[in-house]
Amino acid sequence: MNSLVDRFASSSSNSIFNAKNLHVVDEDDCSDGAWGSQAGFGSLAKGVPSFEVPAVPDPSAFLRLHTDDHADPSCRIKIQHGTTTLAFRFKGGVIVAVDSRATAGSYVASGTVKKVIEINPYLLGTMAGGAADCQYWETYLGMHCRLHELRNRERISVSAASKYLSNLVYGYKGMGLSMGTMICGWDKTGPAVFYVDSDGTRLKGDLFSVGSGSTFAYGVLDQGYRWDMSDEEAQELGRRSIYAAGHRDAFSGNTVNLYHVKEEGWQFIGNYDISQLHYDGPGNVAGSPGHGYGYETRVGGLSSANPPAVEAQA
Amino acid sequence: MLMPDIAMAPHTLPTQHQFNPYTENGGTILAIAGADFSVIAGDTRQSEGYNIQTRYAPKVFRLTDRAVLAVNGFAADGNMFVKKVKQRLEWYRHAHGKDMPLRAIARLIQTMLYARRFFPYYVYNILGGIEEDGTGAVYSFDPVGSYEREACRAAGAAQSLVQPFLDNQIYFKNQTAPPDSAHPTHLPLPTVLSIVIDSFTSATERHIEVGDGLEMYIVLARGRNLAGLEGITGMQELTTTQDGERVFVVRRELKKD
Repeated sequence: MNSLVDRFASSSSNSIFNAKNLHVVDEDDCSDGAWGSQAGFGSLAKGVPSFEVPAVPDPSAFLRLHTDDHADPSCRIKIQHGTTTLAFRFKGGVIVAVDSRATAGSYVASGTVKKVIEINPYLLGTMAGGAADCQYWETYLGMHCRLHELRNRERISVSAASKYLSNLVYGYKGMGLSMGTMICGWDKTGPAVFYVDSDGTRLKGDLFSVGSGSTFAYGVLDQGYRWDMSDEEAQELGRRSIYAAGHRDAFSGNTVNLYHVKEEGWQFIGNYDISQLHYDGPGNVAGSPGHGYGYETRVGGLSSANPPAVEAQA
Repeated sequence: MLMPDIAMAPHTLPTQHQFNPYTENGGTILAIAGADFSVIAGDTRQSEGYNIQTRYAPKVFRLTDRAVLAVNGFAADGNMFVKKVKQRLEWYRHAHGKDMPLRAIARLIQTMLYARRFFPYYVYNILGGIEEDGTGAVYSFDPVGSYEREACRAAGAAQSLVQPFLDNQIYFKNQTAPPDSAHPTHLPLPTVLSIVIDSFTSATERHIEVGDGLEMYIVLARGRNLAGLEGITGMQELTTTQDGERVFVVRRELKKD
């Protein structure tokens, strides 16, 4: 007989006997270790997390009053902003490249931010907008991707994962979440990139750049992009595009983090200092031009004090 | 008698109310990680505007024998937040019969801060201590829970004065190593303590919200000897367990003007 029904059914023939043993059975089923922490599954036991909301008529106006540093630079709670991120699909997989600067107003709050979130060995998410929003929801997404694997005995598709995230944040639309992310990975369909943002937009595409420096990154990316690039060329294009944004956008900079998603999962390629890229280039790595991306490359060591011979005669 | 229009005006004009539960209580906190130790420090002045409310309001708290949390921003939110973190750590101890590891405390703090995403704690947190692998660690948080492991971090009123100094002295930013030697990756404990004390005496000189007292918590990895702490006077041990990590606090006076 079903032991669970037996234990709780008052009509059962031996229910009195079971009732006597109820305490003993309960103690065996539920160890001391599980008490108070939902046996280690506290984060999932309550389903969707709940949020404290201020008791005011318009909670999102309250949040905007205290956190929106565009409208009021003197507001108290400064949420980190400013970014350049990019991801593109090509024959060899997906390249993901980001900068590492976090700004609060005009202060550089950090130069070592990890803007690529490693959701699992096959999925990457990028971070633009609110750092906490991206970090928290993409970690949460990672937990649900793992549950999908356990329930369905196969990995979640990039499409499904990105839709899960977009549906999640859509539920909070208008409440002040801020995220612009690219969910990148490799599934049954091959390499995939999805753009998801906190407005609820979800787009499938080959090439995206998000953040205050995205226009500069697009400039380099669009002129150098081809589907049939080699791995080396693609990695160099990602690196060079983030460099361009770091150079021209004050809210982006410090270092480049470069990832390559292949069929076997993602691979971290490297971390490159943008100042070093400017003067010396990426060093001895695949696809390196062998010299700096910046000043020296464009003027060839010549200046107004040391002009080219032709111009000097004119 | 007819009421003049002017007299009616105050009753008919809409009055704007706004819910403003936050204030800023000044002060600065800082943490530096070494190879097998971690130092977490904060000044003890609490102010509101130009008014000093108290000269001794601790901002740094021992959570476990291997974790110390520094909170800065709005003191009421900070004290409440520390209270709730300590409560969750006690529940963990009852459930698992051991202290929560540092990286787990860091994640716990993220979820606790993010649970208030729409009504944030106005608090900047820095968590310092010893990781399970015995290395010194520092985690820094923004008010809504984004976090990162770092080697050093300053937060609060004088962060823009102290952090550049730390970048130069800890990360050796804008310094060129002598041709025959490289910069060290981890600094020894006496050097770190000197840097912390210098940071706070300098911040006290140039920032009105910093001063009165300095509390430095030192967390040592399991089995590490007390080398580097010989010259430190008035050191107090706060360790509660045997054969594990050890926590010490050192208090110093800062200028009170």
